[in-house]
Amino acid sequence: MKSSRWMALAALALTCSTPAMAKDWKTVTVAMEGSYAPWNQTDASGKIVGFEVDILNDVCGRAKLECNIVAQDWDGVIPGLTAGKFDIVMDGMSITEERLKTIDFSIPYASSPVAFLADKNGPLAQLSNSGKMIDLSKDDAESKAALDTLRKELTGKNVGLQVSTTEATFADKYLKDVANVHEYKTTDEHDLDLMAGRLDVAFADTTYFLGTLAKPDAKDLEFVGPQFKGGPILGPGIGAAFRKTDKDLQDIYNKALKAALDDGSVSKYSMQWFKIDITK
Amino acid sequence: MDYDFYLSTMWSVLKALPLTLEIWFFGIAFGLVIATGLTWLRASGYKSGEYFTRAYVFVFRGSPLLVQLYLIYFGLSQFDFVRHSPILWPILRDPMYCTIVAMALNTAAYESEIFRGALKAVPVGQIEAAKAFGMSAFTRFRIVTLPIALRLALPAYSTEIILMTKATALASVVTIMEMMGTAQKIQHDTFRPIEVLTCAGVIYLLLNLSIARLFAWVEYLLSPHLRPAPDQSQRIKPVPEVL
Repeated sequence: MKSSRWMALAALALTCSTPAMAKDWKTVTVAMEGSYAPWNQTDASGKIVGFEVDILNDVCGRAKLECNIVAQDWDGVIPGLTAGKFDIVMDGMSITEERLKTIDFSIPYASSPVAFLADKNGPLAQLSNSGKMIDLSKDDAESKAALDTLRKELTGKNVGLQVSTTEATFADKYLKDVANVHEYKTTDEHDLDLMAGRLDVAFADTTYFLGTLAKPDAKDLEFVGPQFKGGPILGPGIGAAFRKTDKDLQDIYNKALKAALDDGSVSKYSMQWFKIDITK
Repeated sequence: MDYDFYLSTMWSVLKALPLTLEIWFFGIAFGLVIATGLTWLRASGYKSGEYFTRAYVFVFRGSPLLVQLYLIYFGLSQFDFVRHSPILWPILRDPMYCTIVAMALNTAAYESEIFRGALKAVPVGQIEAAKAFGMSAFTRFRIVTLPIALRLALPAYSTEIILMTKATALASVVTIMEMMGTAQKIQHDTFRPIEVLTCAGVIYLLLNLSIARLFAWVEYLLSPHLRPAPDQSQRIKPVPEVL
């Protein structure tokens, strides 16, 4: 009698300790940085708004999920996700091979090439291949030539970028041995240093820089040199991140996101926040 | 346990140790100079000097070092006159100099308070004895007040130096890849925060342990009068009675 009671307790403890197996997704916690405008930014009242918030609300509506947004600094989003502090990360995160080793991604909801920003009147305003889009997934002669020219022209220059981004991986591979690469905690900080003249060029996502250029302080800045996309470093696009164990949640999310992409809702949010459609 | 990963992380973080020590050394060296000036101003008896020191300590002790570093590095560079100054900009342009300036200004506030306290704690009796002995004010300061005050300041000063060792970790926010910056980069690249931060933590512990032992040794050297006298009973042999 007594032993069977203990057995029941043990069985209860077992079921309680493995909620992931049978988790019925009703509410999910979603982390964003809240300072990566216009993807996600904090408004004057302290609320997080932006392109990704609109996508999230749409997806959660379709999937009948209750989604709560929490703010988490960029450098803690992946450790926080794997540690179970939240269930989804949406923070302009590119789907890359390196990250896929640790976490999983939804289908991409946007694609945004990386680009360089510099002073209009500075020495780097004349960077070659200006405005050209280089697709690294092709790995052809054109992309090799463009990378070589870029390396030559950035030799000895101060390049600023955000730590732990696809840009940082790109710079590790192509620029670190020739240029002085400075890694910042946030993108705002490398913008400040570009304006202050400590940096010759800042390196980030095109859509992010569109936001920078909209600021009055940035009137002397402009896009310089080529833009890059694709390949193993820059990846196929930007998606929401999940724990590898949460395949069920990922499926729910993907189904709703696909519907939102197909009926043009995501494109609509993109036009609203970026003035261009970045889902293509 | 992945020993190879621990070893390679340890080694990568250790390679940044010279940079950490550089910030630390210059930060406390300049900090000591400023603190000495502040202590002298405070003790000089001039009202204006005292008010200045009080205001300085209020500002630099009352706000976080991180805020001061941000304001010096990102804040000052917003002003055109700073960016166009041939004297200020070469210093403030460089993240290393900015960090050293911020650390020196910050620690000077704490140290000046430590030194003020130590000067006040010098026993009045000793100073009066020196006066009675006919010493001039300078001699009195040199051979009575200063040595006693230094010894009194040492424990609190060593704590402040250890705090500064840990404060060097803030330099990574202005793109300096010292030990903490390096550790964070490895952590971002590998997504293994526990292993990486453990390695960094162990190195900081060992560093601070060495500093603490060094100060304990200096304290020992400076306070022979506080140790119990050597046991005399064994040395003096009783006089033989045959005499």
